[in-house]
Amino acid sequence: MKFGKLTRQLCLTVVAVFVVAACGSTSGGGSASCSESAVKTATSAAGCGGMSALEAAAKAEGKLNVIALPRDWANYGAVLDSFASKYGIAITSDNPDGSSQDEVNAVQQLGTTSRAPDVLDVGMAVALANLNLFAPYKVATWSDILDSQKEPTGLWFQDYGGFMSVGYDSSKVPTITNFDDLLGSQFKGKVALNGNPKQANAALNGVMMANLAEGGSLDDISKGVDFFHRLKQAGNFVPVQATTATVKNGTTPVVFDWDYLSAAHGTDVPAWKVFVPNNAILGGYYAQAINKNAPHPAAARLWEEYLYSDAGQNLWLAGLARPVRQAAMEKSGTIDKAAAAKLPPVNGTPKFLSPDQATAAKNYVVAHWDAAIS
Amino acid sequence: MTIAGSPAVATRVGRPLLGGRRFSLDWIGAVPFLVYVAIFLLLPSAIVAIGAFFNADGSFTTENYLHLSRSYVVKATIDTMSLSAITAIAGAALGALLSYAIVTGAPNGLLRRVVVSASGVLAQFGGVTLAFAFIASIGPAGFVYLWAVHFFDYYAHGIWLFALPGLALVYLYFQIPLMVLVFLPALDGIKPQWREAAESLGGNTWHYWRYVAGPILFPAFLGATLLLFANAFSAYATAQALINQGQPVLSQQIAGALSSEVGAVEPGFAKAIAIEMIVIVTLVTVGYSLLQRRAARWL
Amino acid sequence: MAVARRGVHRSRWIKLQIFRYVVLALAAVFFLVPLIAMFEFSTRANAGGRTLEYWKSIFAYPDLVNFNLGPAPDAAIDASLELALITSLVMLVLLVPTMVWVRLKLRRLSRIIEFICLLPLTIPAIVLVVGLFPMYIWLGTNFSDSILTLALAYVVLVLPYCYRALDAGLGAIDVKTLSEAARGLGASWFSVMWRIIVPNISNAILNATLLSVALVLGEFTIANNLLYNNLQVELVHLGRANAGVSIAVAVAALVFAFILLVILTFVGGRPRGTQPEAVTDLAGPLAASQA
Repeated sequence: MKFGKLTRQLCLTVVAVFVVAACGSTSGGGSASCSESAVKTATSAAGCGGMSALEAAAKAEGKLNVIALPRDWANYGAVLDSFASKYGIAITSDNPDGSSQDEVNAVQQLGTTSRAPDVLDVGMAVALANLNLFAPYKVATWSDILDSQKEPTGLWFQDYGGFMSVGYDSSKVPTITNFDDLLGSQFKGKVALNGNPKQANAALNGVMMANLAEGGSLDDISKGVDFFHRLKQAGNFVPVQATTATVKNGTTPVVFDWDYLSAAHGTDVPAWKVFVPNNAILGGYYAQAINKNAPHPAAARLWEEYLYSDAGQNLWLAGLARPVRQAAMEKSGTIDKAAAAKLPPVNGTPKFLSPDQATAAKNYVVAHWDAAIS
Repeated sequence: MTIAGSPAVATRVGRPLLGGRRFSLDWIGAVPFLVYVAIFLLLPSAIVAIGAFFNADGSFTTENYLHLSRSYVVKATIDTMSLSAITAIAGAALGALLSYAIVTGAPNGLLRRVVVSASGVLAQFGGVTLAFAFIASIGPAGFVYLWAVHFFDYYAHGIWLFALPGLALVYLYFQIPLMVLVFLPALDGIKPQWREAAESLGGNTWHYWRYVAGPILFPAFLGATLLLFANAFSAYATAQALINQGQPVLSQQIAGALSSEVGAVEPGFAKAIAIEMIVIVTLVTVGYSLLQRRAARWL
Repeated sequence: MAVARRGVHRSRWIKLQIFRYVVLALAAVFFLVPLIAMFEFSTRANAGGRTLEYWKSIFAYPDLVNFNLGPAPDAAIDASLELALITSLVMLVLLVPTMVWVRLKLRRLSRIIEFICLLPLTIPAIVLVVGLFPMYIWLGTNFSDSILTLALAYVVLVLPYCYRALDAGLGAIDVKTLSEAARGLGASWFSVMWRIIVPNISNAILNATLLSVALVLGEFTIANNLLYNNLQVELVHLGRANAGVSIAVAVAALVFAFILLVILTFVGGRPRGTQPEAVTDLAGPLAASQA
């Protein structure tokens, strides 16, 4: 009799456990662990059984392919190292000097092979033109990103940005207070753009910044191209590719570049200063995307989660880039205050190029740049 | 026992078919090479040539080839050809002189080994670091300029280092070593007995070079010059580092059309330019082989 | 007459030496000054003065040097050295017999071969890579996507240089007579190639190998665009740390390749002075045919 009662209670308990487990698994929308097929279509960590399941799946994959992430770009070196050591995932970093278009080319050409890039960090023009290559994903901190800085279904989402600036070695040229100072004779043979505006995003924005500083508008880049024409006539503009070596060596003591890239020269040149014209605060953000055919889909998603966690965002901040969650982190107090204090000061409202404006600028530059600077 | 002219030697190696004309199976010897080259060279080239007929979205078009008449492409073609020709001829001449200076020394000596190894390394040296080597030495912030400016400001009329003349000078840095490496074996074949024979017949240095060594070396010299031309013609990274604006060199136009991230990407056009480059070098090669044949008669 | 000739010889010898030293001195200046500039820059400290910190940091980079040579190299230098070896071997095996055969039997083909061997140089690497991608995808999915498969593309890249060097060497010896003589004495084609022709063009083979090794060690574009990390790509990674390292690493790569090539010249190559004897060195095949 006693035995029977005990058995009944045991059975009830066992049944109850099964019912709870069944309920739990059906409400989760999938298995409790992140299976290979589930992770490929997971649009958030929840769709893969939660963060810890995603982590486990990523560790099981053990590898991550990234492309075009130079170590000195917005402190990516530290980001790559800390992700690799935190999760024990080996990162293969390819084509360090590649452009955003090179990233997309690699994704298309390597298709479904195991060496294809898992994640991309691209300029907005390239992101918008290649939506068919991306997999939608919303990171855990999705709500902290402004609507204007992300694609609604998660195909792309902006990651970090900065303002276009003129970086210069104050020991070789006088302090720049006014943008037109650059046309002066003390800058003869010293001013360079970071790249070719027909090819590189940073260079096109450099010309647009000059355009705004000379009184032009976002819709018409002609004043910027004309400025560089005058710079060339004065003998101040040099067409050589500006690298950290040419800056340190003194061949290109003045470089138009994103402020976070420019600030990196400060490690080589103690007297390096960054100048952003008050009337021409041109901002630009890059965007993250996950390859639809990523060979390591769990690791790719974990990488995105890491980048948008406080730790990842603060590492970019340490590289003097402005992380996209900066405003939210300042409000919640999780921002690295010391790093934020080092950001180059900006006085005024920043402007951003819309996709149409960027296309119009590109068309004008492609037609007129070579003639202007020859 | 004679060797040359013996009837046993004069027969060809091809196996004769039964009762008919000899069908030569000699071409089999070239098959491995041709197959390898077909797979890894001709096939990629064909992919590129055909790819130029398609748009980015996959539709057929001849526009890419028509776009080759754009004015900046024509200008780049002319500039690249003249740059390549000048650096090829100058590189060949200077390289030949340097080769001769080495070959007349000890054949197993340290000088020859060092120069040949250095040539091997420098012939492949290029790109951003080569450009920087020149920037750091003769550039506007380089120590040579900073010293020379006291006497003579060689950048008074503009910094020519960041323009085609400077690029030509930098190209010579790898053209001359390349010439040394490919021409040295030809110079090795010159036997000292020929010089003595020429002298014993009453010839002087000029006669020796004009009638003996010159004609023998000319084919190799011309072939090496052609190689230098093609080498300079397709060089990319060095030009990109020194002249990052304006894309004066054809290969820069190609790179721009392939990797532009502001939306100016035109992969079909890039392939069309590449085919244009192949056509140009083919024409130059044809000219070269005609010249070889003519020269063999004149010299 | 002999005395007069000796006098002529002496003055000619002096003129030759003057010519040699002037040319070598000018060449030394032209080639060494930029290298010295690079080295000076790589030891320049930011606060002024000299420093070796950039050079030291090269050796602390794990992905660069591991000396773990084998079929699956994980460090860049190992991969590049193995690639250099494979490429040189395949190139020699492919080119030397073909070129000799063409000279002997297929003269009409020689212009075509010459043109084919010039073709890789006319297509810029950035475009060649676009055409190579489909091949490499197929290779990767069906055989192996190891970095060593780059050797297949590298053999094509070195063809122009090696063809030219080997052609110059083959042109300097009388291939037809040598091979006919050897064949007449009963040597097989393999013997002709290996024991007659190759020793006579050893300098040309050495030069072709040097060119091939140097090219593979210096190749960047194809490896980079096919997303492999060979030596040059790894150097770019490393050079992004700061300006001093980027130049120090470039100079180190040059010195490394230079030392490697100097060692190679001791392995191969035959003193030029013995060449006239080689024409009559048929004792070997003669003995073999009578054995």
